[in-house]
Amino acid sequence: MKEKGWEEIPIGGVIDKAGSAAEYKTGDWRTFKPVRDEKKCTHCLLCWIYCPDSSILVKDKKMVGFDYEHCKGDGICAAVCPVKCIRMEKE
Amino acid sequence: MSKVIALMGDQAAAEAMRQIEPDVVAAYPITPQTEIVMTFAQFVADGLVQTEMIPVESEHSAMSACVGAAAAGARTMTATSANGLALMWEIVYIAASTRLPIVMPVVNRALSAPINIHCDHSDSMGARDSGWLQIYCENNQEVYENIIMAVRIAEHKDILLPVMVCQDGFITSHAVEGVKVYDDKQVKDFIGEYTIRHSLLDVDNPVTYGPLDLQDYYFEHKRQQSEAIKNSLKAIPEIFAEFKRHFGVEYDFIETYKLSDAEVAMVALSSTAGTIKAVVDELRAQGKKVGLLKPRFFRPFPKEKIVQALSGLKAVAILDRSESFSNQGGPLFTEIRSALLDESKKPLTVNYIYGLGGRDINTEQIRSVFTDLEKIVKEKEVKDLVNYLGVR
Ligand code: SF4
Ligand code: SF4
Repeated sequence: MKEKGWEEIPIGGVIDKAGSAAEYKTGDWRTFKPVRDEKKCTHCLLCWIYCPDSSILVKDKKMVGFDYEHCKGDGICAAVCPVKCIRMEKE
Repeated sequence: MSKVIALMGDQAAAEAMRQIEPDVVAAYPITPQTEIVMTFAQFVADGLVQTEMIPVESEHSAMSACVGAAAAGARTMTATSANGLALMWEIVYIAASTRLPIVMPVVNRALSAPINIHCDHSDSMGARDSGWLQIYCENNQEVYENIIMAVRIAEHKDILLPVMVCQDGFITSHAVEGVKVYDDKQVKDFIGEYTIRHSLLDVDNPVTYGPLDLQDYYFEHKRQQSEAIKNSLKAIPEIFAEFKRHFGVEYDFIETYKLSDAEVAMVALSSTAGTIKAVVDELRAQGKKVGLLKPRFFRPFPKEKIVQALSGLKAVAILDRSESFSNQGGPLFTEIRSALLDESKKPLTVNYIYGLGGRDINTEQIRSVFTDLEKIVKEKEVKDLVNYLGVR
């Protein structure tokens, strides 16, 4: 993304549109990456409830993977998973 | 119709606030600002204003509540002094850099320690780099009028910065003077309505205030603030002109007194300027070519006007009611001296730090400064750059 100059941005640090956090790719902050053992996953979605970065992807009520563009690798999903099917792997 | 009523400086500030009728006032009382909050709270209790008054538990909360209210689009005011300003420090910067047009009367008082409740300018001078505009008032009339004007200045689309309107603790804040108060309607017509561009409460156009702003954009936001301060030098004269049209009173960034043909002059902020005027009159009667420059604005710093007013003089004494501990003089001195530096024709300059902790400055001390200036002109040399006037 080309960074803008001081005359091109709203004053006072105001962000003048909603939902812009999605444009901020926080995935590169990650040191450890969550990897799921699909066979063991019971789709209880506890990881989805706990993930502070909305990075658990769910389709048809099933956990289908991680949004690695935004997942910061905090390991909360791995800690709360009742069947311990998420492993944190070094990037 | 205007009318002249007897008011203390603090009451003059509260009277201006009554007529402005801000949407929100969040304030905490502190000597010598207390009478502003007290008087205004009475106006609220008596139903004279519709203002939402938030009696907070500290100045840090006062300024925090002001930031929230102003971000929502409310016309917002508070008031403080000394340690109160120090306690709100963190949020003082946030108000300026979030570009919220809050107006705050500051009743200048010394900062502790040792504890002192009397006048000096160390509180607001400490906040000179915070990004707020600063107006200094000589008397109660100026307090009243500058607060009314400050609303328009803060909210000007090319400025959008908070404004401190400073007056001298006790010296003006608790002294009763005749103040010409304009009609409520006249004042309301002058200040008009305020509409914020991005309201925090506009759910149809949601915005974020105060996000994280790191190496990639923080600098750009600071650059915008510098530009707003520069813009204010162009925009404020429009407001002076409009104030004159409405009220028939002329304002400028500076006031000069018997300066046009003067050879030496003193420079001082706020009430001390009034005392100097009396000495100037006395010395003029003896045929001495003396004058006064009173900057009304310290932010924006009216460099061009100050340079124009002073560059033709032989020697100038600049008075500071605060100490910067730089050994190079107080804040008013260092900025004026720096402004004059590149001029080919410039006066010799000397600094006097005075009046700390409310120490009286009297006409005798002011006369002694003019005597020093005569000597400096004769010897073409400033022997002591920084002097302490009235200290034992
Ligand atoms: S918490 Fe574990 S079991 Fe439950 S959905 Fe997430 S990965 Fe699957
Ligand atoms: S590691 Fe943290 S951020 Fe990434 S998916 Fe798990 S809970 Fe979400």
